Amino acid sequence: MNFYYFSSPATFYRLAGTMAPFFFAAALATGIAGLYMGFVVAPTDAQQGEVYRVIFIHVPAAWMSMFAYFVMACYGAISLTFNTRLAAMMARAIAPTGAMFTFVALWTGSFWGRPTWGTYWVWDARITSELVLLFLYLGFIALANAFEDPRRGDRAAALLAIIGVVNLPIIYFSVQWWNTLHQGSSVSFKGTSMHVAMLWAMLLMAISFWMYTIGAALVRCRTIILERERRAQWVRAMT
Amino acid sequence: MSSLEGRGLACSRGPATLFRDVSFRVTGGEWLAVRGPNGSGKTTLLRCVAGLTRADAGAVSRDGDLIYSGHLAGIKDDLSAEENLHGALTLRAVSVDAGAERDALARVGLEKRRSLPARRLSAGQRRRIGLARLMLDPAPIWVLDEPLTALDDAGQALFGELLARHLERGGLALLATHHDLAPPPARELRMGV
Amino acid sequence: MNAATATAGPVSAGSFATGFAWSFARDLTLAIRHPGETLLVVAFFVLVASLFPLGVGADPQLLARIGPGVIWVCALLAAFLSLPALFAGDYADGTLEQMTLSPHPMPSWASGKIAAHWVASGLPLTVLSPLIGLQYGLDPATLGTLAAALLLGTPILSLLGAACTALALGARGGGVLLALLALPLFVPVLIFGAGAAEAQAAGLSPAPHLSLLAAGLILALMALPFAICAAIRIALD
Repeated sequence: MNFYYFSSPATFYRLAGTMAPFFFAAALATGIAGLYMGFVVAPTDAQQGEVYRVIFIHVPAAWMSMFAYFVMACYGAISLTFNTRLAAMMARAIAPTGAMFTFVALWTGSFWGRPTWGTYWVWDARITSELVLLFLYLGFIALANAFEDPRRGDRAAALLAIIGVVNLPIIYFSVQWWNTLHQGSSVSFKGTSMHVAMLWAMLLMAISFWMYTIGAALVRCRTIILERERRAQWVRAMT
Repeated sequence: MSSLEGRGLACSRGPATLFRDVSFRVTGGEWLAVRGPNGSGKTTLLRCVAGLTRADAGAVSRDGDLIYSGHLAGIKDDLSAEENLHGALTLRAVSVDAGAERDALARVGLEKRRSLPARRLSAGQRRRIGLARLMLDPAPIWVLDEPLTALDDAGQALFGELLARHLERGGLALLATHHDLAPPPARELRMGV
Repeated sequence: MNAATATAGPVSAGSFATGFAWSFARDLTLAIRHPGETLLVVAFFVLVASLFPLGVGADPQLLARIGPGVIWVCALLAAFLSLPALFAGDYADGTLEQMTLSPHPMPSWASGKIAAHWVASGLPLTVLSPLIGLQYGLDPATLGTLAAALLLGTPILSLLGAACTALALGARGGGVLLALLALPLFVPVLIFGAGAAEAQAAGLSPAPHLSLLAAGLILALMALPFAICAAIRIALD
């Protein structure tokens, strides 16, 4: 299989156009199922009442924010090592969606925090490092667009993404390392202490967000391809 | 025997391709002139050869140390001429004694001004510090972008002498210049055609 | 396809020590001849840290409580102010290119530059911090911990700041872009640095905070010079 074929922007443009709707459909389907499970099926929490249900958005959004950053950093590393254009474009395509999920995680977290801990905001380790993650995304987007030559922006932003990866373990392990507001992890590969319906709801929402991220990234990447390759024959033939 | 070779070099700046499939070969004792209109990619080509810019395609191979001088003089305003020269040589891992440096500065006419901060020198005098560096650095490969910039007639003649001596000793050079230099180029590389 | 430069034959022997010593000595000389940068950093630190007591009132308990945090924030901002000048001069006059082409390993002279930058900015802040701390009525043990935390933390700030400055070399958006990149990365250093002094003030041991700072410093020293060199190469491309 000739991999270089797929790394050509023209081919990827068509491929992404065909695949994106499937991802959005999958996101919608799992999202509806997940919300149903979370808001209808899952039982009321003994201590927190109905408010806890926001975790079905908060936790998957937080997972996505970290995962999207990791994928973005991987694309960045690929684009720097192999000097490819498409990997850099994909990194740029993921960034806004990743930033959005980070913001959603912080925002829903603050909704949850008010009734539960009595405050909208507190500087605990995980929240602070999630906020740093949001700024890393914003810094990535700003840096990528700060240069006349978009390739230079690609490379600088890719390097920034790689440097910022060190923040991900801090977010993840912060609840283990410090005694802070956040509870320890309830979901792990070994098993879970949560009610099964809650678990299903979270997993379904996580998959939904993941499908959405892929779909959004593909669509955004198509736009970036059109912009960058606007002088190429195949783009001119389209307009 | 030193050599410098470029094969199939291509580079783009932004969306526009500057040059494609540029190849050349220079061996000891000769120099290659890179010529072309403004914006044809001469500077970018030289930077690719020197290793500052990554070319989109192609390869550069060389046998011997390379010395590069571009549009920017590489001189710190707050250091004196002799500090700049000494610093530049240390940076290139070339060790010369103080006497040789003084002689070189004298040869380029900066004897009296060697302790002044470089900001007090004219553009041409700063370029002459670069000539002193070329005199003392044993690197056999010169990649110079418009080396005669800001030099007066005497300075240009001096550069011609240095180039001739460099070629005699088996060195080679890749020069982007629109001037005609005393030892004529072995070949010309036309950009922007 | 990438352009590869292959060399054969004798190459000038570059060494880490020479490269480091060269840029360290050069940058210190330049800082001494042009002390404006250092004076700016010091003046900013002293002025802003002295403004806080005037602003929040002279309540000794309040001042002692906010002292470590405020002093750390002032040090952080002062260090941030000194960042743009780190590579700008060399970038503008062409010496950065010559340094990149040097046979000395790139991390060597980059580290030398950052070390000189720290001596001209972070070190004065560390030395002055006990004096500023007296204004806030901090006890000697806390002052000592504060200085120790700054001693460990300011080099990390220099390294992180250098990485951000190198990334943003030649970018539009100047200072704001640099702030967006650097300040979030400074946050963990601030948290542990101020936390160390606050722990000491509360009677607890600052050892965990200081150890984490030390670990962060070691990690930064090992990893960041390479990132900085990569960023410089991107800037010169």
